[in-house]
Amino acid sequence: MKRIFFSLVALALIGIFVIMALRKNSEDASPLSALKQKYAVKDKPSVDHSQFTQLRRHFSRPEEVTAACISCHNGRAAEVMRSTHWNWERTEYIEGKGIRTVGKRNIFNNFCIGISGNQQSCNKCHVGYGYADASFNFKDSLNVDCLVCHDNSNTYVKAVGGAGMPDPSVNLTYVAQHVGRPQRTDCGTCHFFGGGGNNVKHGDLEQSMFDPPRSEDVHMGTDGVDMQCVDCHTARKHQMLGKMYSVSSMNRNRVQCEQCHTAMPHADDILNQHTLKVACQTCHIPVYAKVNPTKLFWDWSTAGKLRDGKPYEVKDSSGTDVYMSIKGSFVWGRNLKPDYVWFNGTASHYLAGDTVDPSRPLMLNQLHGSYDDPDSKIYPVKIHRARQIYDTKYHILIQPKTVSTKPGDGGYWSEFNWQRAAEEGMKQVGLPYSGSYGFAETEMYWPVNHMVSPKSESVKCSECHTRDNGRLAKLGGFYLPGRDSNPWVETIGLSIVLLTLGAVLVHGIARVFISRARQEVK
Amino acid sequence: MKKEYVYRRFERFWHWTQAGLIVFLGLTGFEIHGYIHFFGFDEAVRYHNAAATVLLVLVAFAIFWHFTTGEWKQYLPTWKNLRAQAMYYVFGIFRNAPHPTRKTVLSKLNPLQKLVYAGLKVLVIPTMGISGILYMFYRYPQRYEVLSLNVAGLEVIAEIHTLGAFLLVAFFIAHLYLITTGRTVTSNLKAMIIGYEELPDAPTNAPSAPNATGDHS
Repeated sequence: MKRIFFSLVALALIGIFVIMALRKNSEDASPLSALKQKYAVKDKPSVDHSQFTQLRRHFSRPEEVTAACISCHNGRAAEVMRSTHWNWERTEYIEGKGIRTVGKRNIFNNFCIGISGNQQSCNKCHVGYGYADASFNFKDSLNVDCLVCHDNSNTYVKAVGGAGMPDPSVNLTYVAQHVGRPQRTDCGTCHFFGGGGNNVKHGDLEQSMFDPPRSEDVHMGTDGVDMQCVDCHTARKHQMLGKMYSVSSMNRNRVQCEQCHTAMPHADDILNQHTLKVACQTCHIPVYAKVNPTKLFWDWSTAGKLRDGKPYEVKDSSGTDVYMSIKGSFVWGRNLKPDYVWFNGTASHYLAGDTVDPSRPLMLNQLHGSYDDPDSKIYPVKIHRARQIYDTKYHILIQPKTVSTKPGDGGYWSEFNWQRAAEEGMKQVGLPYSGSYGFAETEMYWPVNHMVSPKSESVKCSECHTRDNGRLAKLGGFYLPGRDSNPWVETIGLSIVLLTLGAVLVHGIARVFISRARQEVK
Repeated sequence: MKKEYVYRRFERFWHWTQAGLIVFLGLTGFEIHGYIHFFGFDEAVRYHNAAATVLLVLVAFAIFWHFTTGEWKQYLPTWKNLRAQAMYYVFGIFRNAPHPTRKTVLSKLNPLQKLVYAGLKVLVIPTMGISGILYMFYRYPQRYEVLSLNVAGLEVIAEIHTLGAFLLVAFFIAHLYLITTGRTVTSNLKAMIIGYEELPDAPTNAPSAPNATGDHS
């Protein structure tokens, strides 16, 4: 009877250990395979636009194409005109500032600074035709550019410095007959090149993602499920899901991994517990800017050097610009580990006219969050630092006029005169300029959401749970096992252990010696 | 001297299993805490949790055993001979003096052992168990939105657990050493393996006193 009892207890204990120790955190395959099946079925257009009589004609002006689109898709242009792609601003609640209308129209960044006065060039990426200055007619539906998003011929491009008009080389008739669901090639023409070049702004969105391998982006990989941007950034009535915290403030309208993958997608319970405090991106995007470099630092203060009176550029060995007379000097990085912040989905922004404290870096967009906030999680971010022009007397950031549309208009990129650029730019935003300028350090925080790696590349436990300068070494406000320890506990604990060890050694050695001495006496 | 059955089968099974588990928990635990690099952090966590669960089950059986057999009374601390026992380790042991207390089947532990083991069983092990369980499951209230039970952070839990671990390491060192302080250097170890030990006869002028106390380790 006893033997049976012991055998049972022993077997039970061994069983518990084996089950718990050997259980690997293999991913629960069923939801993932369901997703793979879902996205393996590629969208096939149900109609052939080249057969429609409305489009079997010659188009000489882009507005004619828009009119043709609207003639069937009536009401759709109005939807676009309610979207952020069109308005470049939205009304948001900003903590500490109240309800404000913010967006590309009025927010400063630390790349090309802002669009005011520079619309002719920046607004190449506006989803409309002819947004060349503040007087643009946002009410005219014929100004809507349907093609920039819906071109499936991969031949549509907007003109450089054309305020959103198509390049003259584009065959509008051909494009109009080959429209459909937006492809990566459509979204990417703008979103991969923000800030004036490939991968300048985001770091996780760049031209290699027109046709990325699965190792670069597990979702969009052409050797994988080959998803399109709009598979996640779904749209209803032309309102796209997703936004960026460079220009938005509220925790709404976000694309979340959880929408498909659920909040607890791991088979391993310890990993699932992490999802309460750690965003998916934190572990699943170990590095960004995997193929081409992204800009990390932009020093406007060195701009304006000329050779023989002419602007020039300096490239590094990989062909990346490290100096441009028009823009200053840059530091780029590739295969970067992100920085990490607590983030609850809300952000605040520097708005035109806010005070600058030049003694410390100014956060142009501050992501809110802390460990103690139950809505916060750890998110990966790219931090872009810059030195950019500000008014040393009024202590406000300056919107310089950079783009020149006619001689003598003050555009810095033709005249290289900061005084004139500041004067003209500040006129555009309706703020005073004192006449004295300097360069202030600024920071922008860009959440990293794309370039999700295959599961095998995910961040390993020990990359954060380590004492040796792990990924989260700088992230405070909480106790991280493996990283943290209380110096009191360590000191007291180690002292007790060492004292015990010492006592035992002394006692033992004394016993040996004394007993030997006694033997000799005998 | 006569041979007595001192440590019964379950007792020995419990002792050695617990010893193995605690050593293993110590190794994996201090790996998690960053002192050792052997299994790797994630494996160390997995093994640590598994061994902890096994230990909790074992302890549950041991508690049941202690109460049903009445063996729990062995651990009731006493002042009697406590000083004498301490003095024995400081002086008597070097002079080959006899143990101040006599080990019997009914009283296997000397007064110092009673004190230390009672402290382990009432304070350290429960503290480690409770802080360990909280360590494993402190996320559950937030996860299931039982906000009234929400645990704000791991800091206090982890620090208590770490301090307890240091105490157990110290205990382990002293324990290993004190094994050698029995009647002979190996008699305690042998007894815990085979169960039988040569115990001194009861003094002829006294009845074999159930409250007389015995040995070490």
